[in-house]
Amino acid sequence: MHPYIPHTDEEIQQMLHAIGVEHIDDLYKDVPITVKELKIPKGLDEFTVLSTLESIAQKNAVIEKKNIFMGAGIYSHYIPQVVESVSSRPEFVTAYTPYQAEVSQGTLQALFEYQTMICELTGMEVANSSMYDGASALAEAILMAHRINNKHKVLISQAVHPEYIQTSRTYTCAQKLSFQIVPLNGSGMTDTAVLKNSIDDDSCAVVIQYPNFFGIVEDLRAIKEVAKDLVFIVVAEPFALTVLEPPATFGADIVVGDGQPLGIPMSYGGPTVGFFATLEKHVRKMPGRLIGETTDVDGNKGYVMILQTREQHIRREKATSNICTNHALMAVRNAIFMGVLGPNGMKEVAYKSYSNAHYLAERIQQKGYKLIFDGPFFNEFAVRMTDDYDSKWRKIFQHGVLAPLPLGWYFNQYKDGALACATEVNTKESIDKFVELLGRDGI
Amino acid sequence: MMKKYAKTHEWVQVEGKVATVGISNFAQDKLGDVVYVDLPQVGKVVKKGETLMSIESVKAASDVYAPVSGKVLQVNEKLNDQPELVNKDPEGEGWLVKIEMTNPNELNELLDEGAYKKHCEEEE
Amino acid sequence: MTIFEKSVTGRKAFRFPDTAIEKREFDIPNHLLRKKAPQLPELSEPDVVRHYTDLASKNYSVDKGFYPLGSCTMKYNPKINEYTAALRGFSQIHPYQPWEFTQGALQIIFELKEFLCEITGMDDMTLQPAAGAHGELTGMLIARAYHLSKGDFKRHIALVPDSAHGTNPASAAMAGFDVVELKSTEDGLIDLAELKKNLSDEVAVLMLTNPNTLGLFEKDITEIAKMVHDAGALLYYDGANLNAIMGRVRPGDMGFDIVHLNLHKTFSAPHGMGGPGSGPVGVKSFLAEFLPIPVIRKADDKYYPDFNLPKSIGRVRSFYGNFLVMVKAYTYILTMGRDGLTHASRMAVLNANYLRTLISRFLNIASPRTCMHEFVVDGSEFVRQTGVKVLDVAKRLLDYGVHAPTVYFPLIVHEAMMIEPTETESKDTLDMFSKILKQIVEEARTKPDIVKNAPYKTPVRRLDDVTATKKPVYRFKRQG
Repeated sequence: MHPYIPHTDEEIQQMLHAIGVEHIDDLYKDVPITVKELKIPKGLDEFTVLSTLESIAQKNAVIEKKNIFMGAGIYSHYIPQVVESVSSRPEFVTAYTPYQAEVSQGTLQALFEYQTMICELTGMEVANSSMYDGASALAEAILMAHRINNKHKVLISQAVHPEYIQTSRTYTCAQKLSFQIVPLNGSGMTDTAVLKNSIDDDSCAVVIQYPNFFGIVEDLRAIKEVAKDLVFIVVAEPFALTVLEPPATFGADIVVGDGQPLGIPMSYGGPTVGFFATLEKHVRKMPGRLIGETTDVDGNKGYVMILQTREQHIRREKATSNICTNHALMAVRNAIFMGVLGPNGMKEVAYKSYSNAHYLAERIQQKGYKLIFDGPFFNEFAVRMTDDYDSKWRKIFQHGVLAPLPLGWYFNQYKDGALACATEVNTKESIDKFVELLGRDGI
Repeated sequence: MMKKYAKTHEWVQVEGKVATVGISNFAQDKLGDVVYVDLPQVGKVVKKGETLMSIESVKAASDVYAPVSGKVLQVNEKLNDQPELVNKDPEGEGWLVKIEMTNPNELNELLDEGAYKKHCEEEE
Repeated sequence: MTIFEKSVTGRKAFRFPDTAIEKREFDIPNHLLRKKAPQLPELSEPDVVRHYTDLASKNYSVDKGFYPLGSCTMKYNPKINEYTAALRGFSQIHPYQPWEFTQGALQIIFELKEFLCEITGMDDMTLQPAAGAHGELTGMLIARAYHLSKGDFKRHIALVPDSAHGTNPASAAMAGFDVVELKSTEDGLIDLAELKKNLSDEVAVLMLTNPNTLGLFEKDITEIAKMVHDAGALLYYDGANLNAIMGRVRPGDMGFDIVHLNLHKTFSAPHGMGGPGSGPVGVKSFLAEFLPIPVIRKADDKYYPDFNLPKSIGRVRSFYGNFLVMVKAYTYILTMGRDGLTHASRMAVLNANYLRTLISRFLNIASPRTCMHEFVVDGSEFVRQTGVKVLDVAKRLLDYGVHAPTVYFPLIVHEAMMIEPTETESKDTLDMFSKILKQIVEEARTKPDIVKNAPYKTPVRRLDDVTATKKPVYRFKRQG
């Protein structure tokens, strides 16, 4: 007997008898046998499994939150217990895609509310009920831009997350789209003069991150001025959107990003969730599942999936995307988190992250290091360290501190650079300790 | 003017060189409640038999094929707000587009009302 | 009531610690500073808990009852998996930590990959894709890269059977292929003559689900693989239905070159209202150089991410994939072991055939052949006789406290009802479901209106999806 499989020998016999066969193998008569026995261990009891997993987990170093000075797409924020508790409810965790709306109103309403919150943050008119992550959301946004104007050249800022650019290239490689990377000016913003000169008749979209990968708050108004006729795609960070003017104000067509900061643990990078918002005029070109409000036959309010003809299960090869399974549970987690923090709590996180990051930047500069850019930054900033920063970074880690990301991983021109980050979880004491470590001999 | 039908369930009514196109009552009944009509751009050039546009119900998107070749002169903009006209009056107010024909001889390949009726019965 | 209507200005569900760092005003150009705050709800912690507990009570779930959605493998989601995935050593690590200090995470990814390669008979694997369809896209991009690397630029066609999941043609199209639909036999199996007619030097891939969406095993699979390979094309395996065959036959042994799996189906990770899942892609060795970066490898007892794959298709998402979902699948495989997985497949097939037998006594089954882990009811005669639609039956099932099967799929069966019980359901549950379904069939014959207007006992009754799509309301808006 196995804990998850209820069949007793007697029941198996009864069932075989009802089917009219003698052995289970009789049900497999069309199926060849190619394995005698799988080369994986025999099943284990729960106690042994648990201790095995616990010992594997211990091989990962868990850094105390206040000692994390790295972001670069995955952020360490405080997650209230209530978020964990509510989002772990089995009615959410073990439900399927809401294909039977009448018994999925919990899912549908929670996602409808999530869509509303994403619209509020981004200023956009329509948000879908989630994508896999920020990177794939961007890739899908670029494919959507191509559907909007049928043009081919994508102008993408150098300060968009490198893994997002890599993902977008992979997604679009078969669609005859070309990418041109637009460099930055001295303040760390996408160079609008270069952008302007790069635009031609076949230019499809411009992609800007806000704040950008280096933490700099891009001037979206200036971008829009030079790229009026392009599909304007903005990759945004949700906490920043509580204090920065939303991309919609500056004429964004599509706003995407990663919802990880909103109540999702770092989780070695996944699962997180991608958010995806656009304007009503583009909605039929949009990928992903959409929830809408309606009424039932008795006139009661309810929610259903809408505009499904865009999706793969109906439109097949002509669908706006192949996406089916999305990240609904993580989207609902985002909504719960925003419900707990509220507008003021969200803003407070933004303020604290900003204040801590600026304190950190000052302390690092006092040690004689220089910031790479002089533009306004939110809670991340790029700083010139030394050529051996990568090894220094590893040494600092052994002191229980996750130091800023070595930029040399992704950028030759910033080989001695680091991308620092602070959020509300860092403290004055933890920042001071890190800065002291940075200057210590032998590190 | 006589009305003609394509086997793919579009109808055509001709005045001079201009063909008004819609879908038949039989087709709208099969589609169910129309929720969206994806009208083509005015000026779009189509060949007979090619996809002209699509009509959507909640759980299906059906292509409408051009019954004649030509250029789209006009689309029924009313359908943007009232897609249900395709259900209510498919062969009248629920017309889809007007096409300026480039080859009126193609009309001869279409079915007249009697032949179309028979064709529908066979499909049933 | 929505969460927004429950909001009361000034309420808070969270308090921040005092901080020694002075709060600063934003030194950012004024036009970039937000003027109007986002309208997010203001609630206390109990408000939040009650709101979501109320929503939760309006959901059907695997923990609540029978969920026989065909092709979705709604098996029980073990609780220990949730516990292990939440261990701090897994959930509280940053993907950019030095890899020397995430050896546990890399070990999970590596060993899970090894397990899955063994189960599927493949040589290497990526765990990066976030879902089945994402895996399909990855697999099809690998197929594309392979043909291009050989200088074979002609192969623009992906063959997809008309019985396939919608994601197959959609993924093939995203990967740049022209999709040619392959007409299958009445059983949804490959028609060898039809396949032969469509194979050419322009075909890049044939995508197959085996067992197929009618729950039938493709018995000519060896012949099919040979035909496809002789034509210079690749054979792709949609692993949605792997739950039928573990420990007996492996896609790699059947001749498949590329395989995607769904950890949220076969390997018990929960579906989470639609996700997150995980869609690993396995390949034969000659395709390994095209896998997405990074590939996790092991050398000298150390695990490390290998980024040095010049022919890689690139990344398909950020970081390593849905790592916590991998932890769940890994936990499941350790728990089940080779014996448990094999047993699971056998019981899944037994359950499907048993339920099929029961239901065949009052409804038509689409194919007379023995099924694997799922089967399809052909409701067309029932619909003709009663005037009650399969959709109505699905809605009526909800009144009886069970979930409906997948309806109107696969497309090649009219009025289809696709039923997959999975191995974690007992004989009692199957008996009960069959009894309920029989009762509904009876209702349809005697008092059809009851079925046509169902459901009655659900949190809401049948919803107006026509108006919802015609005049869409995408978000909550405050009155006035």
